[in-house]
Amino acid sequence: MHSVVFLIFRRMRAPLLALISIYAIAILGLVLIPGQDDQGIPWRMDFLHAFYFVSYMATTIGFGEIPYTLIPAQRMWVIVCIYATVVVWLYSIGKILGLLQDPALRRAMLEKRFSSVIKRVRDPFYLVCGYGDTGAMLIDALVEQDCAAVVIDHNPDRINALRLSALPMYIPGLLADASLPEMLSMAGLSKNNCIGVVAITDNEDVNLHIAMTAKLLHPGVKVICRAESKDIANNMYSFNTDYVIDPFEVFAGRMASALKTPCMYVLQSWLTGSRRLQERIDPPKGLWVLAGYGRFGQALHKRLSEHNIETIIIEATPENTATPPRDSVLVKGWGTQAHTLEHARIRDAVGIVAGTDHDTNNLSILMTAGMINPDLFMVARQNRRHNDALFEAIEADLVAKASSTLANRIRTLLTRPMLVDFFRETKQRGDDQARELVVRLAILLGEENPEIWQLELSETDAPAVIDALQANEQVTLSDLCRNNTDRDRPATVCPLLLLRLDETHFMPDTEFKVQQRDVILFAGRKGRALRQEATLVDPTTLMYVRTGDTRDPRAFWQRVFNRITH
Amino acid sequence: MNPEKVIFAFFIVLAFTLNFAFFIGDTSNPDHHNVYELFAAIVVNLIATILKFGERSQIGAVLLATSLVADLQLIAAAMIWAYAVHISHIGLTPDTTASIVSLAGAAMMANIVSVVLLVIDTVRFNR
Repeated sequence: MHSVVFLIFRRMRAPLLALISIYAIAILGLVLIPGQDDQGIPWRMDFLHAFYFVSYMATTIGFGEIPYTLIPAQRMWVIVCIYATVVVWLYSIGKILGLLQDPALRRAMLEKRFSSVIKRVRDPFYLVCGYGDTGAMLIDALVEQDCAAVVIDHNPDRINALRLSALPMYIPGLLADASLPEMLSMAGLSKNNCIGVVAITDNEDVNLHIAMTAKLLHPGVKVICRAESKDIANNMYSFNTDYVIDPFEVFAGRMASALKTPCMYVLQSWLTGSRRLQERIDPPKGLWVLAGYGRFGQALHKRLSEHNIETIIIEATPENTATPPRDSVLVKGWGTQAHTLEHARIRDAVGIVAGTDHDTNNLSILMTAGMINPDLFMVARQNRRHNDALFEAIEADLVAKASSTLANRIRTLLTRPMLVDFFRETKQRGDDQARELVVRLAILLGEENPEIWQLELSETDAPAVIDALQANEQVTLSDLCRNNTDRDRPATVCPLLLLRLDETHFMPDTEFKVQQRDVILFAGRKGRALRQEATLVDPTTLMYVRTGDTRDPRAFWQRVFNRITH
Repeated sequence: MNPEKVIFAFFIVLAFTLNFAFFIGDTSNPDHHNVYELFAAIVVNLIATILKFGERSQIGAVLLATSLVADLQLIAAAMIWAYAVHISHIGLTPDTTASIVSLAGAAMMANIVSVVLLVIDTVRFNR
């Protein structure tokens, strides 16, 4: 049991002892004092009546002098008792109720309730440490894919936000410091069905600690961490952390991809993001002004230099950030003022990056720069989620949101890691292939953000398909993609990648014959993953999509009806 | 000398001795068993129980358990007494007295365990 429970019990001793003692004295006095009954015959109160009398006297209920009117000697004793018992009663009950309200005790009780909730979680779940902007977006995404999760955060406001969020699934949230191994264990880290730990708190050291704890207490678990400094990231990799994600590095990588392989960029942001298909953005090549040389600025500077793009850095406090390389130009100052920007040759520049860690400054930089040079390609770094409206209004060409970048990335890694393989395969085939892919998929799936899911042909996930395969029947990918309510309508599902043992099939042909234990990555319109389940689970539906034959009873009556009428 | 320990031991031993004082005598003879002794035994037993609250050690938990057993049986004895005298009006017949006294005897066994545990704990502590 929790130590605080013992402490509370100890502190209850004094009020309880006071209560018992004063009751005993009052009862004994009433029993000992000789009284008389209604006929004037001497009568002594017995223990039963004395206890009854004291009970209603102490609690100020006061039923009166029962069973017989008291004599003056008894009344004198009762006067003493009233003051003594009522005061002690109020003190003791007040104290005990106060102890039950004790924050430490309530916390202990909450933790106990939480751990019993966790014990009852049977499905595989992810342990998400940190429910900030990223955590909230990640939980939304996980719930959308029917994945269970448990949240830990040390901030009561965030846990309240989780309780108030209208999620279709119950996500238990623990208010605790995730850097304590005890708390992680309570949140189910050591349970067999904990399949992943996501450490995305604001504090890198805490993330490091969580990763370490997870790898030690549950070695098989997948660990994904947020880290922004090289040292911490290397430290995490040193004990086999599965993925260490630096949101700025991810964004800089995407920016580089937009520069070098614009179609690849379009494909990636369409399939992983939450927005509809967009035009390619084509960041111009020429002089770029980088306002802010923090972690974000450094990541971008590195990528831009790799593409031989000239940059001018504006930084107010270079001594606090890193020193830029010798060959790059540094202008000291805030990029928010026109003369600083002028000094950084904003009139000759083709692009500007507002990458400080202050949203208002970033907006100000873009507005000032836009007034001096309206043709600039603008990249903005957005730090806080609730400034969404402002960043939309300023119409920057690219907005780097650390939280959503991180959440999308983690979601991909957790629920459909094959998408990463798919992008790698596409990249190897070049940007033209990526353009073709975008066109092909857009015709098939529409421009909305598609649903991407991963399917393993196993006994549990696709029993009908496995049965058919074991009966030596052939099932092709087009069967799995076909619309199972009307097979003649065009399919709106497309296989992207198929893995079979060591073989990788990129954009497999629809007539490809599947085998047991194949893992397939699909893209489809919204809701298609759920619809596909019928094909996978129900043999009748599978038969229908394969052959058009319905053994459906309704179809049977239709045939009978047709025969009679013809 | 720890005054807290003195009070603790005092009440545990007092609970036992008062219990014994009520119990001793002819089992079915109501004259040998005083109602005030039963009252005192109950009150002191309750106090002893409260004193055992919040002990973290294993022996503390067992002490609390024995005390709760004794409380339960003494209160049961008092209720039988109240029932016989005030509700059914049959008074303290030899049967009723015997059942009250045997319950008190049962409570005493629990109190003996309590005292023995106390002694064991003390001896162990000294070594």
